[in-house]
Amino acid sequence: MIAIIDYGVGNLFSLTSSFREIGKEAVPTRDEKLIRTADRLILPGVGAFGDAARKLRESGMFDLVREEAERGKPVLGICLGMQLLFERSFEYGEYEGLGLVKGEVRPFEPLVGEKLDIPHIGWNALSFPKEREKSPVFCGIEEGDCVYFVHSYAGFDCDDSLIAWTEYGIPLTAAVQQENVYGMQFHPEKSGSIGLRILKNFAEL
Amino acid sequence: MITKRIIPCLDVKDGRVVKGVNFEGLRDVSDPVALAAMYSEAGADELVFYDITASAEGRKLFTDILTRAAERIFIPLTVGGGISTVEDFDRVLKCGADKVSVNSGAIKNPSVINEAAEKYGNQCVVLSVDAKRVDGSYHVFLNGGRVDTGMDALEWIREGVSRGAGEIVLNSIDTDGVKQGFDLEMLAAVNALVKVPVIASGGAGSAEDFVKLFREIPDISAGLAASIFHFGEVKIDALKEKLFAEGIPVRLLRERQNV
Repeated sequence: MIAIIDYGVGNLFSLTSSFREIGKEAVPTRDEKLIRTADRLILPGVGAFGDAARKLRESGMFDLVREEAERGKPVLGICLGMQLLFERSFEYGEYEGLGLVKGEVRPFEPLVGEKLDIPHIGWNALSFPKEREKSPVFCGIEEGDCVYFVHSYAGFDCDDSLIAWTEYGIPLTAAVQQENVYGMQFHPEKSGSIGLRILKNFAEL
Repeated sequence: MITKRIIPCLDVKDGRVVKGVNFEGLRDVSDPVALAAMYSEAGADELVFYDITASAEGRKLFTDILTRAAERIFIPLTVGGGISTVEDFDRVLKCGADKVSVNSGAIKNPSVINEAAEKYGNQCVVLSVDAKRVDGSYHVFLNGGRVDTGMDALEWIREGVSRGAGEIVLNSIDTDGVKQGFDLEMLAAVNALVKVPVIASGGAGSAEDFVKLFREIPDISAGLAASIFHFGEVKIDALKEKLFAEGIPVRLLRERQNV
């Protein structure tokens, strides 16, 4: 069973429907016992980092997710959920993240040039770092396959944790992996058949 | 590179998709869920469900349809029509919408943009504006282009973005339903004004009109249309192949079995 961490941030409808579509059981929950017994965790999230980090702490999920990740359970953070995996974020202040992935979250507006819209909304192509083997979560996914992004902040300085990037004026972090902890800036649950394949890969890791 | 989005819009009344020429004389087209699934399979990048029912029963039927569509279709869904309060945002987001578009509700109560953006993030709030030329400027119109608010459209759009709208849908009443192409002049004016993505609406009659849109305003984010897709005058897969052949970045589908 996959537990979708329900800490009052983000729309869990599409995630739950996506897993149903690929024949995997995924349950939105904040029940500690369920989360401890789940074989995988999804950390969703939309909105502002500071607010989400506070809700994650208040719901008791912050330490729980970190403990389960450190125990080796596969965890997938999506969109803001990915950003929460990082060490810190500079969205409207400075906030501490889960620290499960190296790097920090910053606005990319000053870097991408005048011409491009902010937020980065729409379908953009995935590229994989040449120097490393492709992450198993992208099995069957090819360079140039498009996925759906919606964000104004991105992960920086993730070094070897970077497993996919996309071009938006500059290369932006699209996905990260540090051992059993995965993060995706895009929304696989909104990325058509490509996204469903990625979720299936994660569910079968 | 970010791709240009092609967005079919489904106007839904009493559980069916309708679309009128210049918003009048509505014609019944099809079952919204089946149509939405067909568009998704053909490569639509996003879908808009527009609720044009006035009654409570109609609204219930609409949210049922939205839920059924959202359970089956894994591309972004935007919902509009009858949205005036944060509670309206709640109602449709719970049924699987990803973004919510406000139009007349925001004109009557502009602070709904701020409240919704604060609660759900700017990316969730789409400001949809019906605009028409009046005495050398663009005015905001209500009720499908029948009522002139007297408001300046450019000022309203600027205000909407500063209040927290994360995307603009600009529907030109001057070109809507005429099928002679998008209102490039109006779109260029709005696109130059704001930093958020602008979605062009109103006037597409052929695939060439989309080519022209993305050629002449390279920064425009997306093109939206309804009846030309519903009646099969423009097929989404063929449209995207054409855009690709013309050198415009689009998302092409890869045939996938066994997902």
